[in-house]
Order: sequence, then C-alpha cells, then structure tokens
Amino acid sequence: MTAITHHIPDELLIAYAAGSLSSVFSLAVAAHVSMCDDCRAQLEAHEALGGTLLEETPSETVAEDLRARVLDGLDAPVAAEKTYHRSGIFPAPVMAALRGLPPKWKPLGLGVRQMILSHTAEGSARLLYIPGGQGVPDHGHNGLELTMVLQGAFRDETGRYGVGDVEVADGELEHEPVAEDGPACICLAVTDASLRFRSLVPRLLQPFFRI
Amino acid sequence: MCRPAASRDFFDPVAMAWRIFNMFEAEADLVLEEGPLTATVVSGANRAGERSKVTGKDYAETTMWMLAVRDHRDKVAFGRLFDHFAPRLKGMICRSGLPAAQAEDIVQDVMLTVWRKADLFDPGRAQVAAWIFQIARNRQIDIVRKERRPVPEELRQVEQTDVDAAQVLALEQETRALRAALKRLKPAQRVMVERAYLGELSHAEIKAETGLPLGTIKSRIRLGLEKLRHELKGTDRK
Ligand SMILES: [Zn+2]
Repeated sequence: MTAITHHIPDELLIAYAAGSLSSVFSLAVAAHVSMCDDCRAQLEAHEALGGTLLEETPSETVAEDLRARVLDGLDAPVAAEKTYHRSGIFPAPVMAALRGLPPKWKPLGLGVRQMILSHTAEGSARLLYIPGGQGVPDHGHNGLELTMVLQGAFRDETGRYGVGDVEVADGELEHEPVAEDGPACICLAVTDASLRFRSLVPRLLQPFFRI
Repeated sequence: MCRPAASRDFFDPVAMAWRIFNMFEAEADLVLEEGPLTATVVSGANRAGERSKVTGKDYAETTMWMLAVRDHRDKVAFGRLFDHFAPRLKGMICRSGLPAAQAEDIVQDVMLTVWRKADLFDPGRAQVAAWIFQIARNRQIDIVRKERRPVPEELRQVEQTDVDAAQVLALEQETRALRAALKRLKPAQRVMVERAYLGELSHAEIKAETGLPLGTIKSRIRLGLEKLRHELKGTDRK
C-alpha cells in the first residue's frame, strides 16, 4: 500500500473533535483516521486542546445525588454494546454504517454502482464502485464533498488518489475522476449537498438515484 | 462595516501569526529548560536496559486516579475523578445550551463510560482531560442526536506494563505548556479558540476564522505530536 498523501483538512478534524461536524462528514473523518496515523495524531492533538479547555471550564455545581447515582451505577450490569470491526477494505466506522453487512450495490450505468449509506437533510454518505478505467460522470458540487478511496485508485485534474486518500471538492471544483486500470475503485463519498451533473441525462436520473 | 481598531488588529492574520510565532518561540525555550527532567528519566531507563516502569509518583493527580481506576478498579480514585471532572463537564455541556437536568444525565453517562472503558485509557497518548473530553463529545452527540456517532477504530490496547513513564511525563509537560500558552492568548483569541473547540463554530467558520490561532496550536503541540506519531508507528492494529 502506498503512503496516504491526501488528508482530512484541519478544520474538519477540529470540528470533529469539537463535536460540531455533521454525521456524514464525521463518518469520513472516522474512516480516514482509522487508516491514517498522521491524522489520528493530529486529531488527538486537537483533543488535547479540548481537554485543556475542559480543565479550565468554569464549574457548574452538580446535584447532590448525582455522585451517589454514578457510584451506584458502577457495578450495575450493562448490555454489551454492538461493536463493528474492520472487514476487508472497510474500516470499522464504514462497517458500522453498513451495519456489519456487505454492501448492496445498485447499478448506475456503465458498470458504476453505488450504495447509499445515509441520506438526510444534512447530507448523504454512499459507497461508489467504479470499474477500472471507467470515469464517473463529470460533475460539479453545490456544497462540500469528501471522497475517500477504499480500494483501487482514481485520478482527476487535481491528482492521484490511492487507498486512504481523501479528495476534498468544494463548490468551485468541476472534475472528471477516472478510476485507474486494474481492480475496481471503491470509494466512500460524503457530501452536504446533492451533486449536480452537467450532462442532461444524469440530472434527470438524479432524483431516482439520490446522488 | 466598521470595526474597532483592536479588533481589526486581531483579525489581521499576518500580525497575529507573527505575535503567535514569537509567543511560541518563547514557550519552546520554557520546554527546553524543563527538558533535563525527562532526559534523566529516559537515560535511567536505558541504563537499566528496560523501559521504565510506571511508578506514578511523578504523574499528575488525575493521571494517578485514572490509572488506579484502570488497573485496580479503585472506587475511591474514581470518586476523586468524579469530583474533579463532573462540575467541569456540566459547565462544558451547559455551555452548549442544554438544560441543567439533561446536562447532568450526560455527565452521569460520561462518568460511567469512563469507568467502563477505563482499559482503553493510555496515558502515553492522551491526558485524562483529553480522553474524557473525547468521551463527553461522543456521548453528548449519541444522546442528543439519538444515533451512534461514527468513531475511529480503537488502536490495539497497550499492555499495562508497557507504558513508558518518560512518555507519560513528556505528554503531561506538553499539556502544561499548552495550557500556559492558552492563558497568554488575547481575550478575543481565547474566545475564538473556545468557540471552535467547544463546538460553537462550523468547519466552514473555523476555516474562515482568521483570528483563530491554528498555526499556533499546531506548533505548540508539535513536539507532543511527534511523539504520538512515533508511538503510533509501532502500534499494531487489532
Ligand atoms: Zn490523514
């Protein structure tokens, strides 16, 4: 595996540490940090600053019985919480989004497939499967889109993206990503807005595919 | 639009970067002065031909309490952690706008999580406050949004005997320096740091906020970061 060269921007790591990042972007951050020690160290450093602020936060007196309630709870049995582990190319947070099951792909045409992981008012997360050598329809972005490679690689006007790399595309980028020859390129793509395709047909299909 | 002069100066990124740069250069000297303490610990361990054992005698109180909880399930130590962190956690959670009763529910949940997940605490990688901060953010989001927040994979747990005391002390020292540096920020900068790190700014606002001393924070934690990177490189995945 080649080294990761495209990382999560710092403002997203800070927003993640601070808890203000939307859940679809949080998924991308958690997935990348699972695979990238540099960003993990960076995130932990931001959490160190968060911890420092916690130490200095003005205290609020807690209810008198809170301490007793917590101490009483120490020996209480707890239901084991469901945990997910990395499976094949999918890091644990992606497996959690898949609820532990293999992806159920839906064809988008030309061999391209996708699986929507979540689609809410705040954005969408999906897995994309692009056969080697195949391009993704040329598209621009209304909002911010992060695309992280889980298998294979793709190239576009901005460079080459291999396993673990994250492409950050904002409203200005119009790009034509093409999967490298070889194994299919599988990506996690998250966005806070729907993509707008430039060619007519995909735009008509957009409501059906929710992309 | 009209802004007072002080504020314009605050928002001038070049002037600020320079102030910050100078501030942290001074801070770096402070770290170097404290250096020999760490160096002694390291060389002592090397002479003995083994990694130094955790004795805890030089650790911060909160670290000692947390290790007692992790290694001995010590409820007295846990009570001390509660007394120290619960009011601060409540303060932090109330700041995010939740009513006091719900804030206390979250505090309760966070402290119980601290007890249950204590085996994941690694003093070589995180200060107790940072570790609890991260738990509090996860639990608050899970409870308020009623969904599981995506979290990174846990690293392999460290062997409890495998903790390098020098590393723990170095991290504590970095954190003290970071805290001292924060105290020296101008009030307006301090406010921006708090808003960014306590969840009051969106990622777009953080990016756009030129008054946020990001370069600073990064250079301040650079040394600690290098250690973390080094540690992580030798860490196997589960
Ligand atoms: Zn990274």
